[in-house]
Amino acid sequence: MNWGGWSEFLAMGGYGFYVWGSYGVSFALLGLEVILLMKRTQQREAKT
Amino acid sequence: MSATIKWYWFASPQSFFPLAGTIARVCWLGAALLAAGGLYVGFFVAPTDAQQGEAYRIIFIHVPAAWMSMFLYLVMASWAAIGLALNTRLSGMMASAIAPTGALFTFIALWTGALWGRPTWGAYWVWDARLTSELVLLFLYLGFMALQAAIDDPRRADRAGALLAIVGVVNVPIIYYSVQWWNTLHQGASVSLTRAPSMASTMLTGMLLMALAFWLYSIAAALTRVRCIILERE
Repeated sequence: MNWGGWSEFLAMGGYGFYVWGSYGVSFALLGLEVILLMKRTQQREAKT
Repeated sequence: MSATIKWYWFASPQSFFPLAGTIARVCWLGAALLAAGGLYVGFFVAPTDAQQGEAYRIIFIHVPAAWMSMFLYLVMASWAAIGLALNTRLSGMMASAIAPTGALFTFIALWTGALWGRPTWGAYWVWDARLTSELVLLFLYLGFMALQAAIDDPRRADRAGALLAIVGVVNVPIIYYSVQWWNTLHQGASVSLTRAPSMASTMLTGMLLMALAFWLYSIAAALTRVRCIILERE
């Protein structure tokens, strides 16, 4: 285990902005793609 | 039914449709589980890097995303080439289905690279051979998508897109070998097939788990999208 607590985990040794900026944007975009794909699938299946 | 006939049977969009749905569901689940495992190893098992501190943890998305961006381009161009050579309908649809996911991973590789470059190199962006050729890859994906969107007839759009995709393949080895061919700021490969990886084994485990997760994610996303394209076109 690397972290003493939540604040230490969020701080990422002073690199919190860079680490969470990377993970946050990446997973937000991947999640957005999944949502868009689910919507598109529902629309197409509703039409047929 | 022999194996050869079955292969051709699945090349027809109608018969491929239910199979793609089943594979996609399995891959969505697998991607979620592997990503959970990869993130756990990446944040709680892998130790702090001696030189870069915690900033190095960006590696667990950056490197797998960069691998996927190049690999997906090769897969997309292969489907495009098969479509051009054999004139099969499904091939062009597969190429179109892969492009947005490939573009997304290229963007993620560039984005996480910028956020990693700032604390380690002191700059979000430099016009370095590795970074520039990866940016060209993003433009190739976007160009492919824009070209296909601009042509109304899907079969003609497939052929035009295929030409662009095939010509663009030349960029992939340029990205891969850029760190050897030019004197770049970007470091060389940390993992190769011919020698031992230059990192702690837990770091490597986390990275490989994330790479597998992205791999399954890409398969699931491409197959889900190709199902929509089949419904739209047929």
